[in-house]
Amino acid sequence: MQSKFAMSVPQGRGSWLSRLWRAFAGTGEVNPADRIFLWVTGLFAGTAILVLGAMTLQVFRASLPSIRQFGWRFLIGKDWDPVLDAFGALPYIYGTVVSSLLALALAVPIALGIAIYLAELAPTWLRRPLGFTVELLAAIPSVIYGLWGIFVLAPWLRDSVQPFLAARLGFLPFFQGTPRGLGLMAGVLILAIMILPTIASVSRDVLEAVPSTLREGALALGSTRWEMVRKAVLPSASSGILGAVILGLGRALGETMAVTMVIGNRAEISFSLFDPSYTLASVIANEYAEASSDLYLSALTELGLILFGVTVLLNIIARLLIWRVGRVPSGAGRS
Amino acid sequence: MIDSFARRKLWDILARWACLGMVILALVPLVSVLFDLTVKGLGGFSWDFFTQLPKPVNETGGGMANAFAGSAVLVGLGCAFGIPVGVLGGVYLAEFGQNRFGKFVRFSADVMSGVPSITVGIFVYTLVVLTMHRFSALAGGIALAILMLPTVMRTTEELLRLVPDSLREAGLALGVPKWRVILGVVLRTGAPGIATGIMLAVARAAGETAPLLFTAFGSRFLSLKLDQPMGSLPVQIYTYAVSPYDDWHRQAWAAALALVLLVLILNILARVMTRQPGQGR
Amino acid sequence: MNMLRSVVLGAALVSGGLSAQTVIQGAGATFPYPLYSKWISEYQKVDPKANINYQSIGSGGGIRQILEETVDFGATDAPMTPQERAKAKSPILHIPVTMGCVVVSYNVPGVSSGLKLTPELVAGIFMGQVTKWSDPKLASANPGVKLPATPITVAYRSDGSGTTAVFTEYLAKVSADWKAKVGAGKSVKFPIGLGGKGNEGVTGLVKTTPGAVGYVELAYAKQNGLAVAAIRNKNGKFIQPSPEGVTSAASGNEIPADLCMSITDGPGAKDYPISAFTYILVHENQKDGTKGKMVADFLWWAMHEGQKFAAALDYAPLPKDVTPKIEAKLKTLKFAGKVLITKK
Repeated sequence: MQSKFAMSVPQGRGSWLSRLWRAFAGTGEVNPADRIFLWVTGLFAGTAILVLGAMTLQVFRASLPSIRQFGWRFLIGKDWDPVLDAFGALPYIYGTVVSSLLALALAVPIALGIAIYLAELAPTWLRRPLGFTVELLAAIPSVIYGLWGIFVLAPWLRDSVQPFLAARLGFLPFFQGTPRGLGLMAGVLILAIMILPTIASVSRDVLEAVPSTLREGALALGSTRWEMVRKAVLPSASSGILGAVILGLGRALGETMAVTMVIGNRAEISFSLFDPSYTLASVIANEYAEASSDLYLSALTELGLILFGVTVLLNIIARLLIWRVGRVPSGAGRS
Repeated sequence: MIDSFARRKLWDILARWACLGMVILALVPLVSVLFDLTVKGLGGFSWDFFTQLPKPVNETGGGMANAFAGSAVLVGLGCAFGIPVGVLGGVYLAEFGQNRFGKFVRFSADVMSGVPSITVGIFVYTLVVLTMHRFSALAGGIALAILMLPTVMRTTEELLRLVPDSLREAGLALGVPKWRVILGVVLRTGAPGIATGIMLAVARAAGETAPLLFTAFGSRFLSLKLDQPMGSLPVQIYTYAVSPYDDWHRQAWAAALALVLLVLILNILARVMTRQPGQGR
Repeated sequence: MNMLRSVVLGAALVSGGLSAQTVIQGAGATFPYPLYSKWISEYQKVDPKANINYQSIGSGGGIRQILEETVDFGATDAPMTPQERAKAKSPILHIPVTMGCVVVSYNVPGVSSGLKLTPELVAGIFMGQVTKWSDPKLASANPGVKLPATPITVAYRSDGSGTTAVFTEYLAKVSADWKAKVGAGKSVKFPIGLGGKGNEGVTGLVKTTPGAVGYVELAYAKQNGLAVAAIRNKNGKFIQPSPEGVTSAASGNEIPADLCMSITDGPGAKDYPISAFTYILVHENQKDGTKGKMVADFLWWAMHEGQKFAAALDYAPLPKDVTPKIEAKLKTLKFAGKVLITKK
């Protein structure tokens, strides 16, 4: 795609400076005021790169003492003992991964159902208000889910759900222990609620981007509405939906406040959903301002670095997947 | 044949109901949260709640004036840093950004939007708080700005791309310099949509807690000095929620209701604005 | 009328905030927070210009933030360790301001008071060796108390905490097993339980979780109507936690030059065994004359007039024999080489 306003530098073509200039400003004629404008807006655009770069560098640098001290053992160490200056991230990684994956397992079918309903099945007049209502779930701040989790969800789990599960399914290792309300189960439920709208609305957008010729073809062949969705729409939207799911996963991994408030804050690797757990983001929120030894602080920062690295990676993958679908129909496609 | 058709029809109906069921299932927590907020929060609304400072621990009464003012200042600071940078950066991306630099900016902004907010907190703590040797509203504002930046930038870009090229060409044909065409015509045409994007970013920033914990920190005073720690609604809701005091719980619910109302109003306004014909999408 | 007053007050506060008003920033221990917040509001009546913003983030945070110099004063119940002192860019003073006790608070359905615990039982409960309230060892220490078969849920501090330091120091003194397996410090690795942030968080967990037991400062338990256990002291007596028990534990100790002393597991008959001093941390050489003077005056006020607020909030006033030493210590606070306190 050509620039809307092509600009150029008059200098020779070969020098690195002019190459840099062309990379920045494209080619074409330019007047001085426009050039200043270009530079100013470019500078502001560049802050995105600057901030991201500085963040990566700063977090990495602050993690260095811990990386030097523990190396790879940091990732598999089970002990988090500030008294002995011994730090291992495994329980936090475990808690983060397990809570996020379980939340995904809960949220994905529901979110897909919503997306299909909103994009394919709902009466047209209902689509917008219903879609907006689902998106409101995403607008509610994390700390408010936490408040609700502490005072409404956790007591309900403790008094009704967990005793019931323990009585019926108590032979499974997942439902053993003391019903406390606060713990992994509460964390998973809250996370599921929080990522649901992300997955649902991105999936809906992806479904809506599927060309309508596919639908018309399927219907013309005599498919029912559901067969059309299952056999024609979903297969061509699958990579985009996977992208939506990964985007939801990224959000779940980095979610801090609501989880901190309900998950029990205990670095323990346990199979039971009744037991407390701990996530990377939660331990940072709890201990970052308070860690008194340098190594302790650096270890906490390294937890942040792990979180940062993983979420950034997931985001990149998700966006690539969504772009593959989303690029086709919209006029403002990315080149 | 009839049999198979009936089965297919049955599946179709089942699937439709299942999907509708999922929608209803998702609305259960939303309704529950809003219901509990209203029931438990409304009782806490009083003149004092909005105008008084917190009382000493375990004394009943007092309010959260410090948190309301603090949140306003922090979000204001976030906007002051985030919006100019975001909008002008978005202008670059839409108008000149079809190059490698533009791609890189776009990529960075997208990656930034996925960075966990707690990491932003760490970043700002090491960069601003440790440098200034104090927790400050300024640090909190910077953290919020970093969170707002990618949304504002990408929304601006997308909306400016929807502005028809004929407008640009008309301006240029009149001999107006490009920068004035962009600011005066293109940006103005896209403004309502951009405003919507900004409102959504503001709504998001107003509810952020994690990045404020160790940047703006907290304060029980109504100080508007930017180089001092500052209270905020989300942080105070968190502190009060995990405390054992009944009066603080009551205030946490009231503050939560106020915060959600604010966020919902911003979201609904944004939605209404995009629905106006001929503007935005 | 009331509304009008609020408006005027609000306007005054806003303009006050905008004018050149100094705000002293403090952060740290949650243990004395109820008393500090009372002091701060009372002291404002004495010196209306003194706005003191104290954030209760935990003792670990108090130490860390005074070392980073992000606050004007820190607060902790656990004296700084030698490693922490070594990191200070300029000398940091420990000013004891009050005393309190760490209590074992419980939420056992049907048992609203009267629980007695031996040191072994306390260690056993917090190590996860005693897992049910109906445990025979608990029953034999509490004849006549009807204990239910509810499972025990331990609540501990998830943040760096002086309360934890005091509690674990005590347990390490009385239980070799605890000393070997858990140790003592501001953040230790608890073998079981739920983590809560601050004394506030642990109290909240105990209050909302049936079967829970946690260690908190007495004021938090009292203010929230939670039951507290009597603990058997070194002398063999079961002592209900109270300011008197703390005062007894603090009497007759030798006072070291840095004023940091441990008063856990005292030998006296009336000593409550998990008692502690709590300290304000200040730089000996203040960087800002106005703020330095304000902090010094506040501390002077707190250790004299402020002491009368202690008992009502279940803290113990400073012992008479320590007061002169604290006065002497406060008089070493300086700005640009000049002593800040000139009283007496």
